[in-house]
Amino acid sequence: MAKSESEITWKDLEVGCIVAEPGSARQYETGAWRSQRPTYDFTKCIKCGICQLYCPEGCIEPNQDGYFEANMFYCKGCGICARECWPRVITMVEEEE
Amino acid sequence: MTTRVGVEVSIAIADAVKLSNADVVAAYPITPQTHIVEHLAELVANGELDAEYIPVESEHSAMSACVGAAAAGARTFTATAGQGLELMHEVLYIPSAMQLPMVMAVANRALSSPLSVWGDHSDLMAVRDTGWIQIVVENGQQAVDNVICGFRIAEDKRVLLPVMVHLDGFYLTHVIEPITFPEQIDVDKFLPPNSYPFPLNPDKPVAMGDFGPPFIYTEAKWMQEVNLRASRKVILECWNKFGKAFGRQYLPVEKYHSDGASVLLLTMGCFSETAMVAIDELKAKGNDIGQIRLRLWRPFPFEELRQAVKDADVLIVLDRAISFGGPGGVVASEVKAALYEQDKKPKVVSFVAGLGGRDITVSGFKEIIQRGIEIARTGSENEYEIYGVRE
Repeated sequence: MAKSESEITWKDLEVGCIVAEPGSARQYETGAWRSQRPTYDFTKCIKCGICQLYCPEGCIEPNQDGYFEANMFYCKGCGICARECWPRVITMVEEEE
Repeated sequence: MTTRVGVEVSIAIADAVKLSNADVVAAYPITPQTHIVEHLAELVANGELDAEYIPVESEHSAMSACVGAAAAGARTFTATAGQGLELMHEVLYIPSAMQLPMVMAVANRALSSPLSVWGDHSDLMAVRDTGWIQIVVENGQQAVDNVICGFRIAEDKRVLLPVMVHLDGFYLTHVIEPITFPEQIDVDKFLPPNSYPFPLNPDKPVAMGDFGPPFIYTEAKWMQEVNLRASRKVILECWNKFGKAFGRQYLPVEKYHSDGASVLLLTMGCFSETAMVAIDELKAKGNDIGQIRLRLWRPFPFEELRQAVKDADVLIVLDRAISFGGPGGVVASEVKAALYEQDKKPKVVSFVAGLGGRDITVSGFKEIIQRGIEIARTGSENEYEIYGVRE
């Protein structure tokens, strides 16, 4: 999909709305659904990775320092990571905008 | 040399599917459609038709299996009726929106309750908005011809849509008619192999029936609408080519002594042929009357209908289903809508009759026509008249 969402017309759609380009779901910004975002206090983090295991979106990866962090392009703000993080690293806060 | 044989119409339809060289048949038996899929099962079991026959546990599964088969690029056929079509209902929207070609014969049957296995058009009208091409036939020959045409229309790359061929349950499915079967070599010439552009293939993966968020759903539906409307051109082209190849020509709106007639009767399905006898007898007595029949129900033939009725004063429309609490006759309602903006249009009188296997005889059609002419003159407080109900 070279065009952005708002630029696609009905004439751009493939036969039967088939998606012929593999992996194009990666371009879908599920992060736009979010009403809360995770914040981190990495001083408490023991790098156990339980947040990554439980993330239903599969969008949590270790950052360059090895701490687990959500990719905000995909994070829907469900808060499951904050609930499962037993050292209490993660706190959900309201999205301001 | 074509052969003309006496055969039950259901068997003839199965033979037409064999002539069309279908690859997959997924079906569940239901009265009055059963003989079609029974005979197809025999043809496959005997090795006469090289196809996968998938016996499923319900019509919902039958249509689901057909969706998968069509997605794999197979020439796909199924058949159902009445309650079976309703159990399929949810899945019917899928092949039309996903542009998966297939043909389904529908042996039109009334809907329960009370339980009725007999014929009317309740099931046909209930699936009106599922996005399928809907062709209505009046006899066995037309059913055979339009199954073959159906595959050609459905699989045409300018169309890629599923096609229903509607024939009246029992009135057609269970009668023996003289059928002229085309030769295999001629069908093969007329019907090129199915070459669906995106058949499921692990080496070339695609996503079908994907998620359609609000930013794209409207565009998807509009594409579907434009495509279904545009299929009209291909349907006409197919019928013309069929006419040239086999000598039987089909039209979206068929006419019978209708040009110049001041009173017209509009019918759909096999009762049309009984109505023709009534028209003949009335004409012989000097009545100025003709008939038109809707062959193509979707896409609706707006232009052909307007042309066919433009010089008439009265248009009597017969419906064999009720839109409860609404306009009554669905066909009459759509005909009125199609004519509303026309400066010159006939007075449309709506009748509902022939429900759940109730016959309309030749004299019945004469009564309907006479009463229709009377209502056109005097007007009526009712949206429609129901004919033959005991008060």
